[in-house]
Amino acid sequence: MRFDLQIIASWIEPGTRVIDLGCGEGELLKYLINHKNVTGSGIEHNESRVTLCIEKGLSVLQGDINEEVLDYPDNAFDYVILSQTLQQVYEPDTMIRSMLRIAKKGIVSFPNFSHWRCRLQLLSSGYAPVTRQLPYEWYNTPNIRVITIKDFRKFIHEVGFNILKEVAINTQSEDRYGKAINFLRNLRATYGIFLIGNGK
Amino acid sequence: MSEYIEHDRDKISVGIVEKKLFTFAEPPDEMVLESGARVGPLTLAYETCGTLNEDKSNVILILHALSGDSHVAGYYTPDDEKPGWWDNMVGPGKGIDTDKYFIVCSNIIGSCMGSTGPCTINPKTVLPYGLDFPVVTIGDMVEAQKALMVHLGVKKLLAVVGGSIGGMQVLEWCIRYPEMVVSAIPLASTTKHSALAIAFNEVARQAIMADPNWNDGEYYFGPKPDMGLAVARMIGHITYLSDESMRLKFGRRLQDKSDFSFNFDADFQVESYLRYQGKKFVERFDANSFLYITKAGDYYDLEKQHGDGSEVKAFSKMAAAFLVVSFTSDWLYPTYQSRAMVKAMKKNGLDVSFCEIEAEWGHDAFLLPNARLTAVIRGFLERVFNQSPK
Repeated sequence: MRFDLQIIASWIEPGTRVIDLGCGEGELLKYLINHKNVTGSGIEHNESRVTLCIEKGLSVLQGDINEEVLDYPDNAFDYVILSQTLQQVYEPDTMIRSMLRIAKKGIVSFPNFSHWRCRLQLLSSGYAPVTRQLPYEWYNTPNIRVITIKDFRKFIHEVGFNILKEVAINTQSEDRYGKAINFLRNLRATYGIFLIGNGK
Repeated sequence: MSEYIEHDRDKISVGIVEKKLFTFAEPPDEMVLESGARVGPLTLAYETCGTLNEDKSNVILILHALSGDSHVAGYYTPDDEKPGWWDNMVGPGKGIDTDKYFIVCSNIIGSCMGSTGPCTINPKTVLPYGLDFPVVTIGDMVEAQKALMVHLGVKKLLAVVGGSIGGMQVLEWCIRYPEMVVSAIPLASTTKHSALAIAFNEVARQAIMADPNWNDGEYYFGPKPDMGLAVARMIGHITYLSDESMRLKFGRRLQDKSDFSFNFDADFQVESYLRYQGKKFVERFDANSFLYITKAGDYYDLEKQHGDGSEVKAFSKMAAAFLVVSFTSDWLYPTYQSRAMVKAMKKNGLDVSFCEIEAEWGHDAFLLPNARLTAVIRGFLERVFNQSPK
C-alpha cells in the first residue's frame, strides 16, 4: 500500500467506523477492513473505480464528495478520510466543516506545494512547478488549490478546529516506501498528513 | 421489460428448471388486499434453482418486472428456443451464482404467467375474472410472495433482487419484513413513478381499452384486443430504449427496401421492430394483466404509504444492506430517482452502495449482459453472504 496510506491506516483505531472521501479503487478501505476490522464505506466519482470497489466487496457509492457528504447524520463515523483530494476541492472550508460534522476526527493528506523542488523550479525557471507529486501543467491540472503544510496549519486554526497529529513525509507519488520528515518539514516534505478534530 | 433474452454465449446454464405452483388463501381464509377486497384461492408461479444450504442462509429472491415471469434462468425443456429472462445473470458461476445460492424467482398476483390474475377462472362464477379481479398493489404482490416464503420454510432472505417494478417489490419487501431481508438490490428502479412514467402507462392502457375487442375486459371467449395490446407494448418498448439506443440500433434505416413505399406499411426499421415486438407480445401476454400490473406500478408511492410523504421516514423502517444501480440512458427510471433513494438510505445510516452504470440501452440495460453489472452484483452478494451469521 502507498506509504501515505500506511501512515493514515496506522492512525485509525480498530473496530471504528470509517468513511473515505474519494476512495479510488478502495485500497485503503480494504486494508482497514481486513486489518483493523473497521466498518468502512467510501465515496468515489469515477464509475469504473466505484464498480471495482463494489466488486471487491466494499460499500462504496458513486457521487461528488462535496454533495454526498451532506447526507450523513452528525457523527455517523469515527474517522473521515480525505486523502490527496483537498487540493481539488472548490470550497475547502465547507468541506472540512462537513467532514467534522459527520465524523469525530478527520484525516487529511495533500501534496506539499512548498517542497524545495517546487520552490526551486519556480525560482530558477519561472515556470509553474511540475513535480512527481504534482505532475500537471497549469492548464490541465485537476488541482485547483495550492496548499503548503504551513498554509494548512493556519487554515485549520482559522476554521476553528484542532490539529491532533501531523506527519510530514517524503515519498514519491505511488511509492510504498518513504520517510517521516521532522526537520524543515515545509521545505523537505512532499506530503503532509494531518489528523484534525473539533477539540471537544 | 424487453425480450432480448438470448442463449448464453458460453453455453453455461443452470439446466432444466420447472415452473412450480403454490396455492393458498383458500376460502374462507382469502387474502385481504390493500384495497380491502378479499380474493382467494390464489396461486403463485415460481421457479427455484441452486441448492438450499443447511441453515437456509443462501436464499436469493428475484422479482421480475412488468412483463416478466417466474422463469428466470435455464430451460423448461432441452428444445426451448430461449432460456429464462435473466439467464445472463443467473447460473453456475454467474453474477448470481447458482452453485452458491438458492434462487427463488416468484411471479406476481395479477399476472397471466401462471399466477392468479384477471385471466384466471373465478371459482364463484366459473368464468374468467376479467375486471372482477380486484386491483392489486405492489404491497399485495409482496404479501403473496411472503406466503410463498412461509410455504418454502424460508425465514431469511440473503438478498432480494429486482429491476423496474421488480425493484419496487424489492423496496416493499425491505420495508414490510426488515427482519427477514439481509440485503437488497433494486436495479433501474424508483420509489414512485414520475408523471412521465404514468403518462406512458396511461397511453398504453388507453390503447388496450380503445380496442373494440377489449369489451370491458370480457374477451376470453372471443377475439382478443390484440391490436390494443400490441400498441401498448410498442409504447413500452419506446420507453425501454433511449434516443441514443434507437439512433444506434435503427437510425433512419429502411426495412427490406431501398425507398419509401408511399403507403402505410412499415418503412423504417424502427417501425418494423415495434410491430414485431407488439405481435410477439400478444402471443404470450394478457391485456387485462397489463392493465392491472401497470396500475400497480403507477399507484406505488413508498414515501406516501410508509413515510407520511417523507422518503427519509419511509427508509427508517428498513434494515437491509443495499446495492442500488441505475443506468445512464434510462429515461423511464432516471438516475435522479435512484439517487433520491440512496440519499434517504444514507440519512438513515443504512449500508448502501450505489453506481450509475454507463449504458446506452435505456431502461432495458438491467436485463442485458453487462460485465460491470455482473461484477458489482457478484461482489456485493459475496460480501453479504460472508458477513451474514452462519
